[in-house]
Formats: sequence, C-alpha cells, structure tokens
Amino acid sequence: MTAQPRATLERELRRVQDNVLRMGDMVDAAVGRALKALTERDTALAQEIVQGDAEVNALRFRVEEDCLTLIATQQPAAGDLRIVMAAFSIVSDLERMADHAAGIARTVLRMGDDPLLKPLIDIPRMAEVCREMLRQALRSFVDRDAETARRIARQDDVIDGLYQQVFRELLSFMVEDPHTTTRALYLLFSAHNLERIGDRITNIVERVVFMTSGEMRELNPEPPDSAHME
Amino acid sequence: MGGGATFRFDVEGLQFYYGDAQALRDVSIRIEDRRITALIGPSGCGKSTFLRCLNRMNDTIPGVRLEGKVRLDGQDIYAPQEDVAELRRRVGMVFQKPNPFPQSVFDNVAFGPRVLDLAGDHSALEGLVEQSLVRAALWDEVADRLHESALSLSLGEQQRLCIARVLAVEPEVILMDEPCSALDPIATLKIEELMRQLSADYTIVIVTHNMQQAARASDYAAMMMLVDGRAGTIVEFGPTRKVFTRPSDRRTEDYITGRFG
Repeated sequence: MTAQPRATLERELRRVQDNVLRMGDMVDAAVGRALKALTERDTALAQEIVQGDAEVNALRFRVEEDCLTLIATQQPAAGDLRIVMAAFSIVSDLERMADHAAGIARTVLRMGDDPLLKPLIDIPRMAEVCREMLRQALRSFVDRDAETARRIARQDDVIDGLYQQVFRELLSFMVEDPHTTTRALYLLFSAHNLERIGDRITNIVERVVFMTSGEMRELNPEPPDSAHME
Repeated sequence: MGGGATFRFDVEGLQFYYGDAQALRDVSIRIEDRRITALIGPSGCGKSTFLRCLNRMNDTIPGVRLEGKVRLDGQDIYAPQEDVAELRRRVGMVFQKPNPFPQSVFDNVAFGPRVLDLAGDHSALEGLVEQSLVRAALWDEVADRLHESALSLSLGEQQRLCIARVLAVEPEVILMDEPCSALDPIATLKIEELMRQLSADYTIVIVTHNMQQAARASDYAAMMMLVDGRAGTIVEFGPTRKVFTRPSDRRTEDYITGRFG
C-alpha cells in the first residue's frame, strides 16, 4: 500500500466541488420552475419554490463549513487554495440566485388572479439565457476553463439588453394607462430578478477566472446603464 | 518589490561546485534589507549550500569552488581582501539543531563579544548580554539562571540562546538553516514571532522545509529546484503572499501543494 500525499485533500476538494454543482443544479431548477410558475400562474408550484429555498441555503452553509475545515486541516496553497476560495464565493452567489428565483415565485403568489398584462416573450428568453449561462459557468468551474468563463461573462449583455427591452415596454404600458402599473410592476420585478441572476453568474465566472489564473478583476466593469432601478 | 527598497545581498550568476559536482547553477537573487526571505524547495536542491555561500561557511569544505558574484552592500564578499571573520560577524548563522556551548547561559552570549573585544568592561559586557537576551525574547526566562549551564535549557530556549549569541556580535544579517526543525509547535511559533520582531532591525534569510512556516513567517520566498537532476537553482522568487496564492511557475505550484518533494 502506498500513501498518496494528496489523497485526503483531493477527496475533500472533490466533495466541495460536487456540492457546488449540486447547488448549481438546484438553482438552475429553481429558475426554470419559477418561470413555469409565472407562465402557468401556478401558485402551488410558487409556494414550493419559496419553501425549497431553505434547502439551497442549507447546502450553502455545508459547503462553507467544508471549505473552513479544509483550510484549517489541510492548509491548501496556491491553486488548491484558490479553488476553496472560489467555491466559498460561488456558493454565496448561488444562494442569492436562489433568492431571486424565490423572488419571482413570491411575485406569482402576490399576483393572485390578476391577468397577465401581456404575453410573456422576453422574460422567458431571459430565463433561458440565464440558465444556459449558469450551466456553462458551472462547466467552466469543473473544467478550470478561464476562456469559457470570460466568454460567458460577455453573454450577460444579452440579458441586460432583454431587460432594457422589457423595461421600456412595461414603462410605455404604465405611461399610457396608469391602471396597468401594478400588473406591469409584477413583470418588471420578475425581469429584474432575472437581470440580477445574470449579474451573479458574472460573479461566478470571475471566480472561475481567478481560480484558474489567479487574476482577480471584474469581467464586466461597465455594465449597460441600469440606473433606473437604483 | 516596492520602490525605495534597499537590498542587502545581490547575488549574480552564482555557480557552486563540490569538486566536479555542480551544486548550484546560475543563482541570481537580490535580498531585501530588513525583510525575511525564505528559501524553499525539495531536499537536496541546494538551499543550505546557497545559504552558506552568503557568509562563506562553505569555505571550510575542501575542494569547493564558486563562480559569479555575491555582494553584501555592494562589496564582493569573495574578494581576496575580504575579512572572513568580520563577514561572519556581520552575517550570523543559526543552525538546525541548537548548538550552545557547554558553558553557562551568560558565557554563551558573552563568547562573541569577548573574542571580538566588543565590550569595554564587565558591566558593558553584562549590558550587552542582557540586551541580546532581551532581543532574543529569552531574558525573562533566563534572567535568574544566567550562570546555569546552557544545556539545562529547553530546546526552544537553547535555540533562542543561539540567536542571542548571534545578536551579541551586532550582526546585520541572520541566516537560519531550518531553525525550528527540532522544536515543538509552541517553541516554533516563538521563533517565528521573534524573527518577525528581529526583521525590524535585521535582514533574515531562512531555509525551511515547512511550507506553512515559509507562508507564515516570510516576506519573500525563493523556490529552489534541481535542474537536470543535478544542480540547484531558483525557479521562482517573489513576495510570499503571491508565491503561496498564485505562483507563476508550475514547479512551485506542484511543490507547495504537495504534488512532489
């Protein structure tokens, strides 16, 4: 029997990575289900999503705990340390993304029986782009692929563009007929949650770039103006 | 390295041979004043050999040969007119195993000043011994045992006594060759803390096999490796915080993450 000097470290790093992926899958599903709840006005599903958020939060704490233990007991350095720090940061972004999915679900609950102001076109597209970006971001994390990570960050422009479009369209509804304001805001809140999810994915791929190259900088330093929401 | 840094040692193209065997190849490094520089790398890569080049400790070994330049404050320490005893006063050394003389605590610290006639009279000598023991963070533990045998001290105390012995001759640079490898964790942390305090006044170069020690205790880290499986050289040198978080050389990364060595 030979002693592998890094066996324990590798095993613990793998567990952290697996749990990051599990959490990513949960968030991906939550975004998909939130959109379904919105499209189909399914309040039971919306309720489930809101409740399911606790599971994501719990997994986030588990990963953080594992990262802490790893640092304390294995003293990772260099690339290993960057993986741990990236995971620690990524789960925090994933947790916020799940909150945004729950935010959409809460909006669905608040909408009650109010009819949708307009058919959903851009919002489902935003959700699709978000989910695709998230999957690719997680893949770049596993593959330690900074190039893909950088490319994903650029896709955030697509989400921002769609969001601008949704915003302008809903604004014109509200200006033409102030009675639509409440229903317009339901959709605007939903779109805003998706826009924030896109920003969180950008954070995640920044961490992937840091993890693989040690380079620590913003990938989208000048996002398109979204000051109207601030 | 920031602007305005001053360098104590400037080593350029150092080649070192034991007989026909080359032990160091093309080592170049500038060692910053009043900073702690750690030499890391696998066993047999020439760390200790390089350290001993800095105060000509290798001179005592027959058949050694050295090429290149080792400058201390701009002066070539291998120049023919160099006073080697004076060099070793300026560049003191602490070894792996504490090696106090079988004498009293006081006489250990007083040894260098007596030989070099650094203290005018006995009270000046007493002052120098006390000051050295205070600087070595040992005074409180030995103040009432000054005339007991140094060998009665714990290993950690003996190592700090050896540091006090170096400090007593008023050096500028302290070389440490794995100074904590014989010590328990608390004694180790005491030495590391002492190094940190001493680095306000002295330049410290330490060889260590303990990666966490290098990460904790040094400002700069030089990664040494055998090239061609034979002679050691520096493959990466930089601020410790960078070397241990984002090394630029694959071999450094592999070594500090336990992939080899």
